[in-house]
Amino acid sequence: MAICVQNNQEYIHSKLFNIWRGIRRNTLTVIGFFIVIIFLLTALVGPLFVPYHYAEQNIAKRLQPPSAEHIFGTDEFGRDVFSRVVVGSRNVCVVAGSGAALAVFIGLILGLVSGYWGGLLDDLLMRLMEVMMAIPGLLLAMLVLFSLGSSFFSVILVVGFMYIPVVTRVVRSVVLDIKTRAFVEAAKLRGESIPYILLREILPNVLPHLAVEGSMRFVYAIFMVASLGFLGLGVQPPAPDWGFMVSEARPFFSVAPWVLFFPAASIAILVVGVSFVSDGLRRMLLPGGVSSDRY
Amino acid sequence: MTDTRSRKTIDTEPILDVKNLTVTYHTDRGPIYTVRNVSLQIAAGEIYGLVGESGSGKSTLARAIVRYLADNGEIKSGSVKLGGTDLLALPMSKMQQVWGSRITMVHQDPAAAVNPSITIGEQIAEIARLHLHLSSAEAKAKAVEMLKKMRMPDPESVAKRYPHQLSGGMLQRVVIAIALTTNPQLLIMDEPTTSLDVTTEAAILDLVRELLAEYKMAVLFITHNLGVVANICNRVGVMYAGEILEEGTVQQVFRSKLHPYTRGLLGCLPKITNDKRNVSLTAIPGYIPRMNQLPTGCIFSPRCSMVEDECKAVRPSLLEAEAGHFTACRRWEILQSKPELLMDSQHARDFSKHEEGPVVLSASNIKKHFSVSAGGFASLFKRGRVKIKAVDGVSLGVRGGFTLGIVGESGCGKTTLSRCIAGLEEATSGEIELEGELIPYSVSKRTPAQRKSIQMVFQNPDASLNPHYTIGESVARPLVLMGLSKKEIQERVRQLFNAVNLPEDYINRLPHELSGGEKQRIAIARALAAEPTLILCDEPLSSLDVSVQAALINLLIKLQDTHKISYLFISHDLAAVRYISDWIAVMYLGRICEIGSAEDVFMPPYHPYTEALLSAIPIPDPDVRQERIRLEGSVPSAINLPSGCRFHNRCPRKIGRICEEQEPPWQDVSEHHHICCHITLDELRTLQSEVIVRQADSPGEVR
Amino acid sequence: MIAYILRRIGSIFVIMFFASIIIFAITQFLPGDVAQLVLGQFATEEAIANLREEFGLNNPFYVQYLDWAVNFIKGDWGNSLVNRMPIFPMVMSRLRNSAMLAVVVLMIYVPLGILLGVLAALKRDKLPDQMITTVSMVFVALPVFVSSLLLIPFFCHYLGWLPANSSIHPDSTFGEALPYLILPAIAVALNSIGYVARMTRAGTIDVLRTDYVRAAYLKGLPRWQVLFRHVLRNALLPTVTIVAMDAGMMIGGMLVAEVVFGYPGLGRLLLYAMQNQDLPLIQACSMVAVTMLCLANLVADLLYGFLNPRIRVK
Ligand SMILES: Nc1ncnc2c1ncn2[C@@H]1O[C@H](COP(=O)(O)OP(=O)(O)OP(=O)(O)O)[C@@H](O)[C@H]1O
Ligand code: SF4
Ligand code: SF4
Ligand SMILES: [Mg+2]
Repeated sequence: MAICVQNNQEYIHSKLFNIWRGIRRNTLTVIGFFIVIIFLLTALVGPLFVPYHYAEQNIAKRLQPPSAEHIFGTDEFGRDVFSRVVVGSRNVCVVAGSGAALAVFIGLILGLVSGYWGGLLDDLLMRLMEVMMAIPGLLLAMLVLFSLGSSFFSVILVVGFMYIPVVTRVVRSVVLDIKTRAFVEAAKLRGESIPYILLREILPNVLPHLAVEGSMRFVYAIFMVASLGFLGLGVQPPAPDWGFMVSEARPFFSVAPWVLFFPAASIAILVVGVSFVSDGLRRMLLPGGVSSDRY
Repeated sequence: MTDTRSRKTIDTEPILDVKNLTVTYHTDRGPIYTVRNVSLQIAAGEIYGLVGESGSGKSTLARAIVRYLADNGEIKSGSVKLGGTDLLALPMSKMQQVWGSRITMVHQDPAAAVNPSITIGEQIAEIARLHLHLSSAEAKAKAVEMLKKMRMPDPESVAKRYPHQLSGGMLQRVVIAIALTTNPQLLIMDEPTTSLDVTTEAAILDLVRELLAEYKMAVLFITHNLGVVANICNRVGVMYAGEILEEGTVQQVFRSKLHPYTRGLLGCLPKITNDKRNVSLTAIPGYIPRMNQLPTGCIFSPRCSMVEDECKAVRPSLLEAEAGHFTACRRWEILQSKPELLMDSQHARDFSKHEEGPVVLSASNIKKHFSVSAGGFASLFKRGRVKIKAVDGVSLGVRGGFTLGIVGESGCGKTTLSRCIAGLEEATSGEIELEGELIPYSVSKRTPAQRKSIQMVFQNPDASLNPHYTIGESVARPLVLMGLSKKEIQERVRQLFNAVNLPEDYINRLPHELSGGEKQRIAIARALAAEPTLILCDEPLSSLDVSVQAALINLLIKLQDTHKISYLFISHDLAAVRYISDWIAVMYLGRICEIGSAEDVFMPPYHPYTEALLSAIPIPDPDVRQERIRLEGSVPSAINLPSGCRFHNRCPRKIGRICEEQEPPWQDVSEHHHICCHITLDELRTLQSEVIVRQADSPGEVR
Repeated sequence: MIAYILRRIGSIFVIMFFASIIIFAITQFLPGDVAQLVLGQFATEEAIANLREEFGLNNPFYVQYLDWAVNFIKGDWGNSLVNRMPIFPMVMSRLRNSAMLAVVVLMIYVPLGILLGVLAALKRDKLPDQMITTVSMVFVALPVFVSSLLLIPFFCHYLGWLPANSSIHPDSTFGEALPYLILPAIAVALNSIGYVARMTRAGTIDVLRTDYVRAAYLKGLPRWQVLFRHVLRNALLPTVTIVAMDAGMMIGGMLVAEVVFGYPGLGRLLLYAMQNQDLPLIQACSMVAVTMLCLANLVADLLYGFLNPRIRVK
């Protein structure tokens, strides 16, 4: 609508500004933010600049400690650990990120539908979610990956599906709250279409919760992807996977701790970084809401 | 400003003596002085009423007295003495011993004030053990004794129950029982009846009055309801933006009203005997100032119609106008000599007498039964669900340009009824006709023209506007749907803003930048945008302050006059309904029990339920006499409806088995007045020979 | 209350029924042919076909499922395809071990998590709160194989207090096993402490804000009495539920921790079964894990109902 566009931009502006002010006021979030940026950059362009190919073996130079040549040392096949960690970051970020995104996307749709329509559909969906949650996530993932074979896409799918119920529940509970608000009822009264009500009236109010929940899912997805990798169910070798690198390096821990240290530390730092960002998002987007910590 | 009031007005030494108390909250924007230089004394056996609109600092004052302020609150200066002890000088550990033994408090929401997982008896016994040093057996007995004092039926079993098993009114009795157990010197009640229904409120006020006659403590009674003050208090202080502007006995304050603000507040209230045809309400212009942007001089000056230059120069202190009657207005003498001043705008309104318009909306035999999921897989089947009969056979009609008011206690189905008519809830059965044409139950199945015709204004202004759109966008959206061009929309939005008295430069504001009353105006503008024939107003005023309420009522009436709109006006405030409505329907448990023209419904014969409602309204006038008819218990649940007459288990006039067994018949008092009861009209006339609310003969009263 | 209990039990059975269908269906896709596995690589086509017939592998899906489900309920879980041992005792002994580990984990993180959560709530937004929330946030999502890299060098190599390897005999008693349980338990508990602390903190803060807590203070009750009698009783309700469900999840196996420390629990048995394509063993382990989680759900619901007067007394 013409009348209001100008001011709306001002509003968005000031909101962005507020977020920026909030970030600056909060050191941990800033640290987390930079960690995430660095990892994402690494994942994006890092593989173009690595000194060695991740699968390039050099038995003569196996288990070498960090040096100028191999800044993270080499592993038991003489592969460059640095190159493998960098390329591995792409796998973790892309797999975990896509998994979380999948969960957020489908969870959003299911949550909107189930929360808005309610009734039998809602009851059925919720019972279905209960069934899904009755199978431990890791178990389900392992069964599926063993049955269907582990690949880039199957891991994404499994991780995504695992977190759909949680996201659905969060979205649904927000929708249940919003849909009884008078502005939604007023929209129905003036005959807005259901897509308009869902997308223009309800969705903007769900997004803050979704952002926070999505970042949490990203944390857990990294956790899950790394665990699956550790169990040998992640991205298939020789493509590097941090979790699998850790499990491969365990026998050599006493002689070559660096082979294990760098991927493990990468996992730890990324998890911590995303957690910090997630916490910051929660405090900025859902102010005053301790109850939202429950999810 | 120092305390200029002499003590001589209080016979005995006061129990509570607050002097020049100033309280601040430390916020991001610096300190806010929410209570400034307030002094008050309360003697034993006295009920001191503190009235004021929301945000005036009443609760802050109370919390400062007990030294239980929010973390960012601080008492800047002043003194608080309780029976000679200087409370502000006590260390916190000593203060803790004062809490519960010498001062107790009762808060607004009784359901929130009791611990959900501890039995009622234990919550009373706890304080008895702590302060009366009783053994646990004695404390238990004490709990039962206190419940008995509260006139609780079957106190032994109530003591063993948990809070969720009791109704709001019962819980408030429990909270009062806890507060009286230790027989404290000071009892602070902060809006104790605000969250209760009128009938429950009346019963609680009766109880409090009787108990306090027995206990002889000092009571600080905080409320925003002038009617309640007139009903229960001995003395009253009118608070505004952190200061007391007028103080005196209830008779003094309500009769002579020596401050323009007090007059303004009283002028805002519709009286039960008035309607829109003979008087208009006088709203107070402007808003309560922000505590950090106070005007210099008299804090009321920006809104006062008697303001002079001198008022703005020095802040007047409380002056004693007559013995024990204080006012902070420099020009009180003028007010004293002219009792009608500021109140005399209650002129007869030029309200074009409507011809009987055509019926715009008629609903017949509307039913709405909810089936509620009990959770789990069982709810996938019909039998796992519970049926709630929220509306159970209601018929009514609304004429063009007229207002139909609906009153009833909470949970009687008022809101569900309006939502069924709006189509937000699909009625279970019944017929809804709009301008003679049957319309579908669900709003999504109605035609655009039908949808446009029925609009709604909702109760909670904070939820009525999407926080993500500017208010201009919110008002413009219905016009976009109507397919108007951009230019036309801009023009219409401007007109609508003018119609609801909002400045045009508000158009680009976001909802959170508006006050509650302003949001409600936008909600009205949005409803008007669709050019409806009928607007459903579901408690549109209940969360607003009286001065804002008055302005909104005036606005609604003005719009009705200019646009010839009909209203369905739902409220639990009988005076407001009486004022604004042409017709009134009284609802109880999903049914209408009395319906008729506004004057007739408020005149005998009454339906026994209407009679009880009328006798329960707190009237802001100590000289009005009300018949005392009180209802037992609370509204039964709509799951297990009483047989026969739904009102039979609470009806004070019940005539016997017939009421329990047979549905009462409709009786026509006149063409415009119908009552659904087994008692014949003649008997009702003899039983209710008098008007329930009537004026006592008092010369000082302004009417 | 009885209606509530029955409803919850009914629900759990339905959930388990559907979950078992999912498990059975997925395992049908596991690579490798059972008959082939049993008879070895050199079996004739005919022999394999006969065995398939004998195992009922040619029956329609639902018949196979029903056979399997009935046998599972009867406790007739068959023999492992790999080592020909009866599955039931094998799984039960591993289940016992996982449960032992879970008990130690719970003993570590429940008291600690609740304590930290309450502390954080009481000191809200002050330094202790910020420290607790930050540290717990870090540990919540740190995989055990990463956190063990900090724990093992510290406790085993530096202090020398605890054994780094927990590959005990599967039938050890709790007393014998205890020293080997502590380190894996700490590693697992680190994940949950943060979660419990966060839940407890949120619950406590919500309750601290209620009118009834204010009323309790204004009754003159001392702070600790308000905390114990009025706050915790209500604030810990959600925590209790979460802990019960977490316990169910853990009894079903703590896969990564069991692998990292070589502990003979249900999780490692499952991994072993998967690596050897031992179909009946995979199904049995999975169903036991699911059953444990469902039982824990039931316990959580019942505990909640029992502790919450709104449900207990109608
Ligand atoms: N903790 C706080 N920090 C900052 N400002 C506060 C705080 N508590 C209250 N205020 C402000 O102090 C003013 C007085 O509030 P108070 O609650 O005492 O008013 P009240 O008269 O009791 O209102 P109501 O009728 O709504 O209960 C208001 O403007 C309010 O917004
Ligand atoms: S002092 Fe002046 S401005 Fe203030 S109330 Fe009296 S007349 Fe009005
Ligand atoms: S029918 Fe009987 S119970 Fe009902 S209102 Fe009339 S007198 Fe009372
Ligand atoms: Mg208040």
